[in-house]
Amino acid sequence: MLDNLMILINAPVITADLVINGLLVGAIFALAAYGMALVWGVMNIINIAQGEFVMLGGYVTMILFWNGIHPLFGVVVAPVILYGVGWALYRLVVFRVVDRDLFVSLLATFGLSILMQQLMNTAFTGDIWTAQSELGTSLLFGGLVSISNIKIAAFFLAIMLGGCLVAFLRYSRLGQAIRATSQNARAARVLGVDTDKLYAITFGLNAAICGAAGALVAMTYNIHPYIGLPYTIRAFMIVIVAGLGNLAGVVFAGLGLGAAENIAGFVLGAEFQLAFVFGLLVVVLVWRNTRLAAKRQYLK
Amino acid sequence: MTFPPQKLIGYAALVAFGLAAPFVFPNYHSQMAELWLFVVFALTWDLVGGQMGYNSFGNVLFIGVGAYACAVAQVGLLYDISNYTASDGGDATIYVFTVPQYLTGLAIGLPFAALLAGLVAAFFGSVVLGMRGHYFAICTLGLGVAAGQIAAGWEWIGAGSGMTPPNAPRGIGDLAQFFYFFSFVLAVACFVVIRWLLSTRFGLALNAIRDDEDKAEAMGLPTTRIKVTAWTFAAVFLGLSGGILGNLKRFIDPIDVAFAGETYGVWMVLMAILGGKGTIWGPVIGAAIFQVLKEVFWTYLLGWQRVALGLMIVLIVVFFPQGILGWVREKFPEMFGHRVDRGPAREPAE
Repeated sequence: MLDNLMILINAPVITADLVINGLLVGAIFALAAYGMALVWGVMNIINIAQGEFVMLGGYVTMILFWNGIHPLFGVVVAPVILYGVGWALYRLVVFRVVDRDLFVSLLATFGLSILMQQLMNTAFTGDIWTAQSELGTSLLFGGLVSISNIKIAAFFLAIMLGGCLVAFLRYSRLGQAIRATSQNARAARVLGVDTDKLYAITFGLNAAICGAAGALVAMTYNIHPYIGLPYTIRAFMIVIVAGLGNLAGVVFAGLGLGAAENIAGFVLGAEFQLAFVFGLLVVVLVWRNTRLAAKRQYLK
Repeated sequence: MTFPPQKLIGYAALVAFGLAAPFVFPNYHSQMAELWLFVVFALTWDLVGGQMGYNSFGNVLFIGVGAYACAVAQVGLLYDISNYTASDGGDATIYVFTVPQYLTGLAIGLPFAALLAGLVAAFFGSVVLGMRGHYFAICTLGLGVAAGQIAAGWEWIGAGSGMTPPNAPRGIGDLAQFFYFFSFVLAVACFVVIRWLLSTRFGLALNAIRDDEDKAEAMGLPTTRIKVTAWTFAAVFLGLSGGILGNLKRFIDPIDVAFAGETYGVWMVLMAILGGKGTIWGPVIGAAIFQVLKEVFWTYLLGWQRVALGLMIVLIVVFFPQGILGWVREKFPEMFGHRVDRGPAREPAE
């Protein structure tokens, strides 16, 4: 462990490699996190099935890839299909838990996530897949750091998709209605917003954006039926650190998490990378709680 | 606590059934042993989730700690652990345990498991139980998964290839039957202790925290201490059940047996909800029904059993969140000692 740390200090090139790769994947985390913040802010639901939408998007891309279509088209196709999935799940299940206790929606989406991952496991077995995009690699720093082009493309696609969503929420009529509902659902209803329909659209949008993230994951990394939970946890962590409705925070937290995770994976060993993610979640929540407790004015 | 005679007869009949069951159904030892462990899972989850209102997704942490602690103590008494795990503990000719050695191992391993799980709960509880609602739920989920990942990377206890508890000597007889009695006794003890806990002021304090924690704190209850104590109680029983589970399954996989958040971790919540959250008999009934359903799914829906379980979670949570006892209590409140004033019979509205 210490040896690895010394390598990082003595060979800044490796550090740069890790950080750059981490930043690139961080954009994908930020994308999924933005979707989670959207659903959380508008519907007051923490969607545990977030990572499963990512996983489904990845499988959509894989299906395209197996049929000889370039996986980059998955970035377009996966959101469309996932929008339908999200919309259907809202109409079937989620609308029944929107106004209920938070724990009920937490558990219901947990059930949905298990259902989806087991369906995918039954349909596609537990194998690990990657959609080869064959875009080659770029060399940086005089050839010392090599980065596959698809990761760079994925980074910019993620930023672009996030930008589109932000613009949609800010400038379109529908986006304004979504933001109004998140501010005050009752007032929005009084002013003629069909909140139920809006919730369905929001949940669909969230699934779509996760689907796009999943397409990027399938091309840059790999997918299997059980990748969901780590993505959910990453998204949750990013939202906690950034705060709801803090767009710049989500982007920075996402990029930072990507870099931190990569470095931790190198220092602790790849087998502890997921342990790091989940451990970091605990640390972040504890830190948040102590900060809150310190601010508390009563009952010292 | 006083027992009216008919209740006493009921309890006696249940205990007699539990003791006789392995001889009546000799083919289902491991399933029935698992059932009693499920009763412990559901009861302990409900103590914290149902009675205290802190819904944990990470109680598998204590099962896993218990399973590993027990196995490590059992093996470590006689052999070097890293050599044992490196050879997968499979070579029964080298790693021999005689009957007294095996029993001593259990006698030391199980209390060690309980102790370690309790310490882990006390340590993390004091930090984690300060969180409210969904933050607590997700934080415990993270704890459980992180522990599983650490166990899966830790060479000393076998890393990802898991750890095998000691091979039972021949003198023990049918292993599943042997551990059936362990898990039965544990379930009964767990039930009795939790029932007793809930009948004391401590139980009232738990319910006060569930109903309004700020108010409970304002009334002078040491809420943090109460919460940590309750979680530690749950953890001690879960640690014991983990030790038994590892020996019963004959193999401790870090993610599928020990820290199995996606199976035991969710199932225990489901069992408690299915039977009725916040009741003493609810988790027991929920565990029994769940275990039967699970075995039926495994037998008749081969390949789709886990899909069916996922579907069942969604259906129960969405459509039947009050659980069986909750439903009965709504329909027949008198059975639960609630006095119902139905008022004068009203004329039907015209």
